[in-house]
Amino acid sequence: MEQQDQEQVTAKLQVPQTTVTPAETFAASEADKVFDAKNLSIYYGSFRAVTDVSLSIYQNEITAFIGPSGCGKTTVLRTLNRMNDLIPSARVEGDVHYRGASLYHKSVSPIAVRRRIGMVFQKPNPFPKSIYENVAYGPRIKGIRKKSQLDEIVESSLQKAALWDEVKDRLNKSGLGLSGGQAQRLCIARTLAVEPDVVLMDEPCSALDPIATGRIEDLMHEIKSQYTIVIVTHNMQQATRVSDRTAFFSVLRNEKPGASDTRTGVLVEYGTTQQIFEDPHDSRTQAYVTGRIG
Amino acid sequence: MATKADPAPAGSASPLSRRRPLGDRTFQIACLAAGLLVLVILVLIAITTTQQSATWFSTVGLSGVFSTNWDPGSGHYGALPFIYGTAVTSVIAIVIAFPMSVGIALLLTEVVPRRYSRPIVYVIDLLAVVPSVVWGLWGFLVLAPWLQTIYQSIASGLTGVPVLSTFFGGTSVSGVSFFTAGLILAIMITPIVTSLSREVIATVPTIDREGAYALGATRWEMIRGAVWPHSQTGVIGAVLLGLGRAMGETIAAALVIGSSPTITTHLFSPGYSLPSVIANQFGEATVGVFRSALIGMGVLLFVLTIIINLTARGIVGRSARRARGA
Amino acid sequence: MMAIASEQQTVDLREPGGWRRTKNRIATGGMFLAFLIAVIPLGFVLFTVISKGASAITWQFLTGGPIPPNVLPVTFGGMGPAVYGTLVITGFAALIAIPLGVLGGIYINEYGGNQVLARVINFFADVMTGVPSIIMGLFIFTIWVLHFGYSGMAGSFALACLMLPIVIRSTYEMLRLVPDSLREASYALGATKARVTVTVVLPAAVSGIVSGALLAIARAAGETAPLLFTILTVEAINTNLFSGPNTALATQIFANATQPYTGAQARAWGAALTLIAIAFILMIVARLVTARFARYSQ
Repeated sequence: MEQQDQEQVTAKLQVPQTTVTPAETFAASEADKVFDAKNLSIYYGSFRAVTDVSLSIYQNEITAFIGPSGCGKTTVLRTLNRMNDLIPSARVEGDVHYRGASLYHKSVSPIAVRRRIGMVFQKPNPFPKSIYENVAYGPRIKGIRKKSQLDEIVESSLQKAALWDEVKDRLNKSGLGLSGGQAQRLCIARTLAVEPDVVLMDEPCSALDPIATGRIEDLMHEIKSQYTIVIVTHNMQQATRVSDRTAFFSVLRNEKPGASDTRTGVLVEYGTTQQIFEDPHDSRTQAYVTGRIG
Repeated sequence: MATKADPAPAGSASPLSRRRPLGDRTFQIACLAAGLLVLVILVLIAITTTQQSATWFSTVGLSGVFSTNWDPGSGHYGALPFIYGTAVTSVIAIVIAFPMSVGIALLLTEVVPRRYSRPIVYVIDLLAVVPSVVWGLWGFLVLAPWLQTIYQSIASGLTGVPVLSTFFGGTSVSGVSFFTAGLILAIMITPIVTSLSREVIATVPTIDREGAYALGATRWEMIRGAVWPHSQTGVIGAVLLGLGRAMGETIAAALVIGSSPTITTHLFSPGYSLPSVIANQFGEATVGVFRSALIGMGVLLFVLTIIINLTARGIVGRSARRARGA
Repeated sequence: MMAIASEQQTVDLREPGGWRRTKNRIATGGMFLAFLIAVIPLGFVLFTVISKGASAITWQFLTGGPIPPNVLPVTFGGMGPAVYGTLVITGFAALIAIPLGVLGGIYINEYGGNQVLARVINFFADVMTGVPSIIMGLFIFTIWVLHFGYSGMAGSFALACLMLPIVIRSTYEMLRLVPDSLREASYALGATKARVTVTVVLPAAVSGIVSGALLAIARAAGETAPLLFTILTVEAINTNLFSGPNTALATQIFANATQPYTGAQARAWGAALTLIAIAFILMIVARLVTARFARYSQ
């Protein structure tokens, strides 16, 4: 098996834009696949931000997207819950399947998608409402009106986000009055309150201090068994600490003059976190994880 | 790749596909309709008022419209005295308001530290809140009589002086005149010209100011060298907007302009303006042509203010775009 | 490089003297003078209105009616009909203009994006704020009064035309200030655009929108010209907004201002004081709203 992989890997390395698809090396089965992206290219207008990404995300795992700035990791992440739709010039080629259903099929409602696939942002963005109302916002959208039900959901979500003890006596205070780490946990609680299937996290700790970061990483481990998590991070140590699988993205420079994708993001290598960091197959991966670039 | 009907994802009850909710669509349409209302109203104003003024144009003809004779009793409906009055009072207004407003704007942006600028802004806002009719009441009963004595002394002092006596001459019984109206209008347009000028001046990049200071300039020299070139066009635009406001300001002017449809260069004598005559005489205008003439003058006023507004917005917009792009 | 024996030089670090300094001082003085010149009329007007109007203000004046003939002194009758008219006509105008204005502002900022139509509407709303109020009065006269007669409602329509672009523009400016990250967070929870706008964006901007609306109301309450052609000043109170001529403080002041009778003038000053009080109260409430909610959103 190893020999075959090596040959595959070497053979593919000769083609500049190839990704190393590791599907055969994994023990996971098709049934555990949450996302399946195939030949995904994302354009902003005529600018090709991401080229030809194919990967799969598996149930109840934490998958990390790492890579230097501008390599498209956030763009790919946002494709998974159709947040790129909010940018008028954004366009997707290829396909992303979510549990067998095509996410970009024309009859799919982005709103329905986002109720199942939640997102936590880089900079905590609590609503200027009370803590209670922040968390209750999502369930209210789903139509839940009864106070007792909402109370229950608010409490359990805040518990899951490890914030309950700190705020249980001031649920009516504004969400804006929390510290950075607390605010981010509030945003996580808010996302969990709609009971999503998947939680996407876009550099959730980059605006936080190390202690707050540690608490959120612990949080991720605790909730992993109930959700599937995909996290974009520029912190490699974080990727090693939390993720089961890691996808390394990088920037490809197209040498052809006049080409529209002079800088475009590509998936370089994807595998278990252990393999990516201890035994990277691609030289670019090796250069990045050992700190020589990025 | 054929995509069949999307299967329900594992672990959830409802499919991914859903039509766009009715409430969402309705809300968007409501917002669009509200926005379109602006265009609809503007177009309707133009159409209906022009229609109503058709009688005027057809009865007295273009020469009659622009004649200097306004005498409804004998069928003369010339609008020129009012156009003249509107122009004169507005010019007086911006000549007075321009230095005042720009001075206050510069005071707020360059001189006064931010902490102390709030009271000044409050005062300017208070100026704006006083209703037009109250300015007119005060102007007529208090300011005009007081100004009358001043006018008299200036006029008598300047008798014989070649250029000045033609302008600063004339008398009026109670002080109502072109100049009084222009003065009141100046006070009324100061708040808006000030606030717009402030906005324009605020777009001047700090580095430009610092560059001037770094060369050892005094504040005034910095303003002349760094601030003014940048904000010149924008401030002109702000002044033009003030001009538009002054032209359309009805009630205050109606009370202090003197209600005398005469064309004269004597600024201290009474005159008349477009909005003033409409306000004062509409009640008596029961005859078709009379009313049509008044509405027609409204149309003239509408067209004039729209043109000035468009020019002003165009100038302000261009300077703002240049500042952003710069 | 060897140091050269330094010459004894006195460096003059004092402020630039002479003409430059004087010019600067004159300029700064000029700016303060400009402010003073603006303040003097304000102070003068307020002083006059308060001193001349205060004596006329009694409960009878504010609520009693009908409005007596000009010759009679101010102790007869009262301005009640005019106070009622101002409050009701302006209130109805606000009821029409504010919701429409807010929706219009929402359209431009949330749905319009870069489309031509949105920019056109934005531009013409701006232009419309500069249309003289007398034109609005003439407009409603031609399309409504000529067919349906004078009424308080017609006056409300005219005032609403005046208020609409103001509310649209101020709503638009406030919505622009709401950071996109709030919208994103709401979308990410699976909200529709309407829900995002109504449950997150509007509440975040509400203080600015409310204060803008209050200022528009203050402006409308003080307007005379639009009412001259639509409500046809009367003396007795007319509680029916929808039919029959009506009256308002502003039009009463206008009618009384040029009268030589002391009674009429006293009534005018009293009405002016009342009108200024209403406008000032609205403005102060607007400031309080901005300050209070700004704290919440900090």
